Parts: sequence; C-alpha cells; structure tokens
Amino acid sequence: MSSVITRVKQKQIAQAIAKGKRLDGRDLADYREIKIEQGIIERAEGSARILLGKTEVLVGTKIELGEPFPDTPNEGVLTVNAELVPLASSTFEPGPPDENSIELARIVDRGIRESKAIDTEKLCIEPGKKVFVIFVDVYVLNHDGNLIDASALAAVAALLNTKMPNYEIKEGEVKLKPGYTPLPMRKRPITVTFAKISDKLVVDAWLEEEQVMDARLSMAIDDDGNICAIQKGGSGYFTVQEILDAAKMAREKSEEIRKKLKW
Amino acid sequence: MSQKTEKLIDKKGLRLDGRKPDELRPIKMEVGILSNAEGSAYIEQGKNKILAAVFGPKEMHPKHLALPDRMVIRCRYHMAPFSVQERKSPSPSRREIELSKVIRESLEPTVFMEYYPRTGIDVFIEVLQADGSTRCASITAASVAMADAGIPMRDLVAACSAGKVDDTIILDLMDAEDKLGSADVPVALMPNHNAVTLLQMDGILTAEEFEKTVSLALEGCQKIYAMQKEALKTRYVSVKEVEE
Amino acid sequence: MPTFFERRQIVTPGDLIAEGDYITGENTYAEGNRIYASRIGIVEYDNKKINVVALRAFYIPRVGDIVIGTVVEVGFNGWTVYINAPYEALLRASEVLSRPFKPQKDELSQFLNVGDLVVAKISAYDRAHNPQLSVSEPGLGKITRGQIIKITSTKIPRVIGRKGSMVSMITQETGCQIILGLNGVILVTGKNPEDEELALMAIRKIEEESHISGLTDRVTQMLKEEKKGGKIKNESKN
Repeated sequence: MSSVITRVKQKQIAQAIAKGKRLDGRDLADYREIKIEQGIIERAEGSARILLGKTEVLVGTKIELGEPFPDTPNEGVLTVNAELVPLASSTFEPGPPDENSIELARIVDRGIRESKAIDTEKLCIEPGKKVFVIFVDVYVLNHDGNLIDASALAAVAALLNTKMPNYEIKEGEVKLKPGYTPLPMRKRPITVTFAKISDKLVVDAWLEEEQVMDARLSMAIDDDGNICAIQKGGSGYFTVQEILDAAKMAREKSEEIRKKLKW
Repeated sequence: MSQKTEKLIDKKGLRLDGRKPDELRPIKMEVGILSNAEGSAYIEQGKNKILAAVFGPKEMHPKHLALPDRMVIRCRYHMAPFSVQERKSPSPSRREIELSKVIRESLEPTVFMEYYPRTGIDVFIEVLQADGSTRCASITAASVAMADAGIPMRDLVAACSAGKVDDTIILDLMDAEDKLGSADVPVALMPNHNAVTLLQMDGILTAEEFEKTVSLALEGCQKIYAMQKEALKTRYVSVKEVEE
Repeated sequence: MPTFFERRQIVTPGDLIAEGDYITGENTYAEGNRIYASRIGIVEYDNKKINVVALRAFYIPRVGDIVIGTVVEVGFNGWTVYINAPYEALLRASEVLSRPFKPQKDELSQFLNVGDLVVAKISAYDRAHNPQLSVSEPGLGKITRGQIIKITSTKIPRVIGRKGSMVSMITQETGCQIILGLNGVILVTGKNPEDEELALMAIRKIEEESHISGLTDRVTQMLKEEKKGGKIKNESKN
C-alpha cells in the first residue's frame, strides 16, 4: 500500500462531498472529461483507448476460430480478461490476476453479455462445431480511479470497432477469405459506477475519492434504459433508497455517455 | 442467460418445484456443527447444502497482511467437485474468486473490525451441493457462523435472491430458474439497519421491474433473518428443553 | 424509553434492546439513543446500563489476569505462548530463570519447550503491543500434571460461582485442585484420572447450561449421582 492518502486529504474530500462539492470542482453527478479513440492497434481486430480524466484504459479484441459451449451450440463465445498492468500504479503487482482484476473483468463481461450487445448467433459458423471466439483484453494503463466505467466503455468502443474476418466452407473446412465485416452489435451497454462518500452518491470517483469511499455500486444500462448488470463492491452498504436513486441517475448518465460512442 | 421455450411457470402460476412466485424453498439451518472452528453453520436451502466455518480472530499469518488499525477478514467460497452436474475442478475458478470477494464485502459492514487491530478471521465456505443462489445461502450461513464464533457484530446479514422468469418476478431462484430465466438479483441485508451489503444483477430488467425485484428479495431476506435468529437461539435453548 | 427484551432473554447481534436514556454495557453498542446487541447472549439490566452476557465470545487479555497457555515457539530470548486469545503472549527468559538471561550459556528449550503448558499472569498489554506474561509469583509456572479443558472464557465466572461457591463445591466433591485461567482454560489436578474426569464433567455441564437458572443444584446433584452410581450405570448400558 504505497499510495496511502493522508488523513487531512481524506477529511477534505469527505467534508467537501458532504456539502455537495468535490475537490476537483466537479458536481457529484459529473464525469471527468471522456476521450475515446478507436482502432489504434492495427494488429488487433478491434481496439479502443479511453481517457477518463487521468485514468487510461486500452482494450484490444482478437477473433479466433473455436468451439461453442455445449449449452449454446449456435452462439459464438465471448471471453473478457483484465490486466492491471504494473506500470499503471504502484499498487499493481506483477503476477497472476488477483481478485480485483478478476472482478473487473467479470463486471465488464456481464455488461456486454447480459445486455446481449453482440448478436452471438451470427458468430456461429457450424452449429456445435465451429464458432468465432471473441477475446476482449482490458489493459489498464494508468489508474486514477473508476477503472470499471473506463474499462466497460473501452470494451464496448473496441467491440464497435471490431472487424470479423470473412470465411467460406470448402469440403467441410472453414477457410478465411480476404475482407472483413463489422462485428454484429445490437446494443451499447454503458456502466455507471457510484461511490458512496459522506452518505452521498458520486459518479466517476477518482483514485483518492475511491480510497475514502464506503462502498461502490456499478450499474450497466442498455440503449433502452434497462438495467442489465449490477455489482456492489467495498465493505460498506447502501440503503434501498440510495439504490433506487442510483438506478435513476445511472439511466441519465448512461444516455449522456452513449452519445460519445461512434457506431 | 439464453431465453428458452421451456416454461418455468405453469398455467396455475406455480414454479417447476411447485412453489408460488414469492415463496422460499424449504430452509434448514444448524449452528455450531464443526468442533474445530470457532463458529460454524450448515444451511440447506432447497437442494443447496452449504457449510460455513469461522476461525479466529487470531494473529495474521503471514504477518505483513495484518493491519495496524483493524482486523482483516479473509473469505473463501469454494465449490466441491461433486457439487454440480459436471465435475468442477477443485482449483478456484474466476467465479469463485469474485464470489469470495463480494461475500466478504457483504459481511464486513457488520463486523466491528476496529476492535481487534493486527488480527484476522478466516471465513471458509464449502458448497457441498449447488442448486442456484448459492452465494446468498453462503452469506446467510457465514453470518450465523460469525455470530457463533462470538465476533462482535452490528447485525446479522441475511441474503436472498429474486429475479424474473417468464415475465414473472420470483423469489429465491433455483438453478434452472437462474440459468433459463431473464434476470437474477442476489441481495444481502443487515435487517436492523436497512443496509444492503450485497447487490448484484445479471439479466435485463426495466427500472420498475428492478424496484419490484429488489423489494421482493428484501422480503425474502427478512424471512431468512427470522430463521437465522431461530437457529442461533436453538443452539442454546435446546439444552433447556432437555433439562425440564 | 422502551426496552424490547425481558431480563435474561436471549438476543442475537443487531437486536434492538432499548431506546432512550440508556448506557451501553458489555457486548452492546449505541447508534443515537438506540442500544443494540453485538453478540449472542443474555440481556441484563443494571439500572441505566445494558449488558449482554455473551454466550459466545473469545478471550481478550487484561493486565493482572491469570491465564493458562501453551508454548508454541522458543525464541532467542523468550517464549511465544498461545493463550487462547487473538494475540499471542510473550514470556521473557529472565522471568523463568529469575536471573539475567545469558544467550551463550542458557538453552531455553531446557526450561520450557514447544507444547509445554504454563500458568501465568498478564503483566502488560495494550492494543498496540502483544501481551507479556509473568511467572514470578507462587503457583505460577510450568504445569507438569493434571488435565486441561477449554471453555468459552465468558463462562469462567459461572465456574467460579458466587464468592467461589461453585468451584469450591467441585473441589470438595471430587478432591481435585482446580486452577481457572481467565482465558477459558482450566487445569484440573486430582489423585486419579477418574476424579479428574468427574470434575471435567461438572465443568462441561456448567458451560452448556450456564444460562439456565438453578445451575449449582443441578451440578451438585449430578456429581453426587455420578459418584454413587456412575460406574454401575455405565456398566448396565454396555
């Protein structure tokens, strides 16, 4: 824990939020500036880099041929992995994924999967035998808080940018052909994460706010305003009213952010 | 969660196991059943069979994991290889690692962690047989095991899932309903403080459906809380009944 | 200013015991003017003070307590002793040697080795430092015979009884010497293992039934019956 935040700073953050203000001047419901760049890694089938203030996340997608899961023989396979790369923070240790990176990957995965963002049936080549497997690799390059929203957004932006190889079946063999078609996308789920500080909900907490927060709540919202995934984290709690307020605000915020996504 | 044609709710409005939409499965809880643990509990909820054990508080090993100002809680949620239809590898899966984390975070708000700096407690959960909503049943059992270990706590935690199948909001999802239904919302509650300590969801719900689902899950939590108290008291009261 | 539980009722963590002008006692906490239970236990009212006598708790060291512990490590200037608490205790070499400790000459494991039991007094302890033990008073030191039983530490007062009535009754009935560690560890030393087993039975009964009234009578009765017919009963069962 090399990034210990001083008690004075903790108090300042909490007191400001109690008054409805944040130390960086934002309102409780304001995101930091969001910058999206797509298609920046040529070797990847799709890619996107998100800057959320100083938080930086790069997502690359790769597509390979593989087998479907036995219970979904007609559908392609989605696999999400997250790497908390050591260069992103002194608190990230090299080594096998820890619970934080696993949780991050699974939150991103659930947002995409549960909203049915990808038309996975169109990724089926031969039912029960051959399908396209999409690998979404989340690479956290700089950690300044709210990795969840940045990663989820980067993943969707990368998927929107992903090209699927053309193929033909000759004598029972799948052969890739030159040329690409865009990945069949149906939805653009947006994840909005709230931090609970001084009994108030703030969106897009930066690193120091996260170190002060009691708990966090992430909600993925689809294009129609439905809720499609939720994750509570942290060792605090939420009241029912706070949860309902969060759901309402998540819908508003997700709409705002979705406008920034080119499709 | 793929939508299948199979009906999960019949014409009479009953579920595959004959339950009404807002009905819990039969629940059995036993406290203090493992002699080596400081606290323990066993829960059966439908076909779920889960053991929870608490060790400590004790000095943290390795020592560098200890915190100078509070206790550390470690939690391991683990499924036995024979607990599911197809053998599960005993090495921890990504799902188990995530569940261990969210279960721990659902229990932490109840514990006076600042009372015992530099110490740690271990919460071990073994799912012996799984039939849906195991994380909720695990939390319910682990909270009771912590009380049985004499850990000072603000409240118990009771957990229950609710969700949506065939356009109906239902309580306490079993495996088939979890897999084939359209949404699953596990919730954990500190009943005396109206504090939600676990909230997850996958599936698709409108804002209105979400509100309904959460409030149904909370009703389930309150019912389960009553059973937790009963189970804890039974451990001591039963002695009295024998005596008189 | 309502209270929500009768005296001697069982509460579980989170139960709201009272609301209003009350003070928190053992195993309770306050939020505003509400008093809640923090452990499973029995409610006791002491004027404005609300206590929960815990049915389940662990031992937290206090300076001056007599405890019984097990040596778990021989260090280079003392021993680490497990005292059935969240914190391990330290017993300095000079305490046992009653003279300055000479690292070149003294082999500590000859005095106390891993697994040895000691009766000791907590001489120092605070939240930031582990407890320290002393064995310099008479009756303290290494245990060489007898049997050990562990019970929930909060029940030690019930084993002692009012003004020591319970423990002296057991001593009288069984002829065993009983040393009570406040950490919930009890040493029973008798003339033979049968006497010791009888005393252990009585202690187990106290632990199980401590929250039910009429305890002393029931334990006395049990001991008398066991002494008279215990052996015959056991034989007829077989």
